[in-house]
Amino acid sequence: MIKKIALVLTCAAALLLAAGCSSQKADRGSSSGSGDTINIGAVLDISGPSSSLGIPERDTLQMLVDQLNAKGGINGRQIKMTILDNKSDETESVLAVKKLIDSEKVSAIIGASSSGTSLAMLDTVQKEGVPLISLATNSMIVEPVTNRKWVFKMAQSDSIVAGNMIKYAKSKGAARVAVLYMNNAFGDGGKKALLKAAADNGISVVFEDKFEATDKEMSAQLIKIKGSDAQAVLVWAIPPSASIVTRNYRELGLNIPLIHSHGIANQNFLDLAGDAANGIVLPVGKIVVAEQLPDSDPQKQVLLSYAKDFTTKFNTPPNTFGGHAWDAFNMLVNAIKEVGADRAKIRDALENTKNFVGISGVFNMSDRDHNGLDESCMVMVEIKDGKWKLIK
Amino acid sequence: MVAAASLVFAALPFVLKNNYLLSILIVIGIYTLVVEGLGVLMGYAGQVSFGQAAFFGIGGYTVAILTTRFHCETVPALLAAMVLPALTAAVIGKPTLKLREHYLALATLAFGLLVHVFFNEGRELTGGPSGLTGIPYLNAGGFIFNRDYEFYYLVWSLVLLVFLGVRNLDRSRIGRSLRAIRDSEVAAEANGINCSSLKLQAFVFSALLAGLGGGIYAYYVTFISPAPFGFNMSIQFVLMAVIGGLGTVWGPVLGTGLVVVLGEVLRWFIPLILPRAGGEYQIIFFGIILVLAMIFKPEGLGAGWRRKVRANETETAEAVSLNASVNTCSSGR
Amino acid sequence: MHLDDQILQFFFSGLTLGSIYALIALALVTTYNITGILNMAQGEFVALGALTACSLSAAGLPLAAAFILSILITTAAGGILERAAINPVRNASNITLIIITIGISITLRGLALLIWGTDPYSLPSFTRGGPLQVLGAAVNSQSIWIFGLLAVTVSGLFAFMERTYWGKAVRACVINRMAARLMGINPHILSFAAFAASGALGAAAGIFITPITLATYDMGFTLGLKGFVAAIIGGINNVGGAIIGGLLLGVLEIFGAGLISSGLKDAVALIVLIAVLLIRPEGIIGAVSGRKV
Repeated sequence: MIKKIALVLTCAAALLLAAGCSSQKADRGSSSGSGDTINIGAVLDISGPSSSLGIPERDTLQMLVDQLNAKGGINGRQIKMTILDNKSDETESVLAVKKLIDSEKVSAIIGASSSGTSLAMLDTVQKEGVPLISLATNSMIVEPVTNRKWVFKMAQSDSIVAGNMIKYAKSKGAARVAVLYMNNAFGDGGKKALLKAAADNGISVVFEDKFEATDKEMSAQLIKIKGSDAQAVLVWAIPPSASIVTRNYRELGLNIPLIHSHGIANQNFLDLAGDAANGIVLPVGKIVVAEQLPDSDPQKQVLLSYAKDFTTKFNTPPNTFGGHAWDAFNMLVNAIKEVGADRAKIRDALENTKNFVGISGVFNMSDRDHNGLDESCMVMVEIKDGKWKLIK
Repeated sequence: MVAAASLVFAALPFVLKNNYLLSILIVIGIYTLVVEGLGVLMGYAGQVSFGQAAFFGIGGYTVAILTTRFHCETVPALLAAMVLPALTAAVIGKPTLKLREHYLALATLAFGLLVHVFFNEGRELTGGPSGLTGIPYLNAGGFIFNRDYEFYYLVWSLVLLVFLGVRNLDRSRIGRSLRAIRDSEVAAEANGINCSSLKLQAFVFSALLAGLGGGIYAYYVTFISPAPFGFNMSIQFVLMAVIGGLGTVWGPVLGTGLVVVLGEVLRWFIPLILPRAGGEYQIIFFGIILVLAMIFKPEGLGAGWRRKVRANETETAEAVSLNASVNTCSSGR
Repeated sequence: MHLDDQILQFFFSGLTLGSIYALIALALVTTYNITGILNMAQGEFVALGALTACSLSAAGLPLAAAFILSILITTAAGGILERAAINPVRNASNITLIIITIGISITLRGLALLIWGTDPYSLPSFTRGGPLQVLGAAVNSQSIWIFGLLAVTVSGLFAFMERTYWGKAVRACVINRMAARLMGINPHILSFAAFAASGALGAAAGIFITPITLATYDMGFTLGLKGFVAAIIGGINNVGGAIIGGLLLGVLEIFGAGLISSGLKDAVALIVLIAVLLIRPEGIIGAVSGRKV
């Protein structure tokens, strides 16, 4: 028995030794490789609950890397992109980011797709000094900036989305609104932003309530809204729960305006909700209505070209999540073009990014703002017969 | 043998020099703390808990809340992280463990879900679904643990302590009594063993270790949210305990290592054979491997060893009863 | 809307939700009593049935044909899994068997993710027309179908138990598994039948709720868990208890959400569950089985 255990332990030790050696080889690889390749890493939620975010992000990144390398890379150096799946799990996220830093020696990291998995990686990148560009929304990811020196964020902050929703409600003459949100990190951030935006615009929130992402029935909450004197309903959720809310809303015959968040801005929601979706108003990233934008819009060219590339390659139109990956990758490439593959220099270059025309907006980073977007990066749309109609 | 294993583990950081591999070992170590406790509950007392992630989470949140909101020191915070789950376990365990069958499993299942709801809903205290950030580094008497190798030594020293404790238990009167309960509760009771009290002690012990693991986890990741403490994690812990082999001292270490390493290996291996394959293949393979392991080696992978230890220690009779035993504490009628 | 109307509306919504839980609990309890296995993969049968029906219907099959075919496929899946994974280790300990069902559930969920992805799918309502007005409360027409399914299943089950040889064999198993075996009832066939029936029942439940709740690859996890909670509230040894437990759980959840707080609606149900376990562990109408030591 002792022999057997000794055998197992020896095997384990030998395996680890081999792993250690190979990682040391990787050390040498990267030091010599710094001449010809640039290592970039990504940690995305490719499987698990937030995989609908991670998959278009992965596809976009792979497409962009292939395009760039085919064109000769950055200043003659090829990009080696390592994309890891964190299974939408926070602990896996921590392990993945350490793997990228230690085994792949990456210059910068893109990810993660959702707020929880992004927040879990912060401590490691701050400690190791590696630039991280998150694709998630929660503003805690980049605030306070003093503790988030190495972290940037591509997605519009909740406050921008909420500001657009509340201002639309106000423009329609609503002074009292009801707020409904899904009970997870996404909805929680949205609720806080909505309450703040409402207070800033002098609108009173007469009712607020929540539902679980897995709930099958939201009538209870909507019945209470029906009994209140709210003049508009603001919902912050993603499908399928957002679809169920919409159905219940129509079934109960509520007829005050229904304003959703950007969480439903995908084709799947339209397909599922059918007629029930007609008349819903929501703020979206411009990628959703790229073709309807006026030609004067600074982003229009970029949007159309990304949409064309993505549609040609994957036979499906791109969405905002893929757009975040596009922004992160191209902003990073710009930084590396300028300053090379050094982690600290990349960070400084990212922080000094100005007038970067991307998919999610025109970014202006600074040492006080690691998101760099303002309210004009989103537009309001109305759903009509299964199509997004830009509200001008 | 334990000394040899300790030596190997002590030497590893010098060989590895790779934070990624170290962090995997740290995660294995943290989970091992939890699974050692669960192993005592399942392997010796014959009870299942489907709520171990809740105790793990209570430990984690205790540290997170005490340190971020009350600026509590490390040692009292970690002590609280152990005591609180233990007390909770005593409250749940006392009535349910008097009953036979799966009632502890059912109660812990419900309790785990309830605690998860609380993590999400206790916004003022737990930060709600967004979680709590800014947990300070672990600070033991002025020594700050914030590098991976420091954590590695801390976690595995704790594992060693727990391991030695469980091994002593295994060889003590309590260990023998617990095994007797598992094999036949009626027979144990007839021999003057107080079944429900011993089972309760095992349950409280498992909660205490889960809380310790959770506390260390919070210090290691420095961010906590409800997501890692759901029912899925409880299932993972049960899997780790079973795969390694129940009723063995080495089982939990082995099982935890296998499950974590298998996950990492699949992550690396699947894309090699199926390029562009997503995480769904990993999930499928994990499930299939699990089912196959249970069909072909239901007693767990560490079980073969135990039989031999017992044989060496000329407790053959016990070994026979152990292998042949149908788990009467939990097998229903 | 007045409070009375609200309460009525909550009650109907709760019954709809509760019927879903009751159907799943029913399958769980039946399997548990026949085989002694807590089938953690029950929820996955629900998802599998619902998603298969969505795909078949989208492929152009008429609704009824899609339902029947999908129920048959899921029934076969239940039976095959029992033969492949449960039957070979039927003498293993209960923990092992539970873990095997967990493994099956992980595998099925992974397969569903692979085949259907993360997008939700939908089916049209069985009957056209808006919600019915009952005493001032709106009742979705699909809810009526779900109540109907529950009623048909329950009466079918009782007829089977009372009238047929195999029904009596099942009842014998429920009363005393060991004695039933000694009386020459073949537990292997019963176990096979229990899993196949679980597949059928799960698939039917999944298809009936999809027009309301949509179908996603991971819908089974929560539904299975809720089914468990319902089964425990009603009494894990009692078929009638499963139905009462399911309905009660649904109503409690909706009233918890409506009258207390949405976030705590699960807590309300779980606190009831823990109270039941602590005070009356055999379930609110459970049979005598929580033998004290």
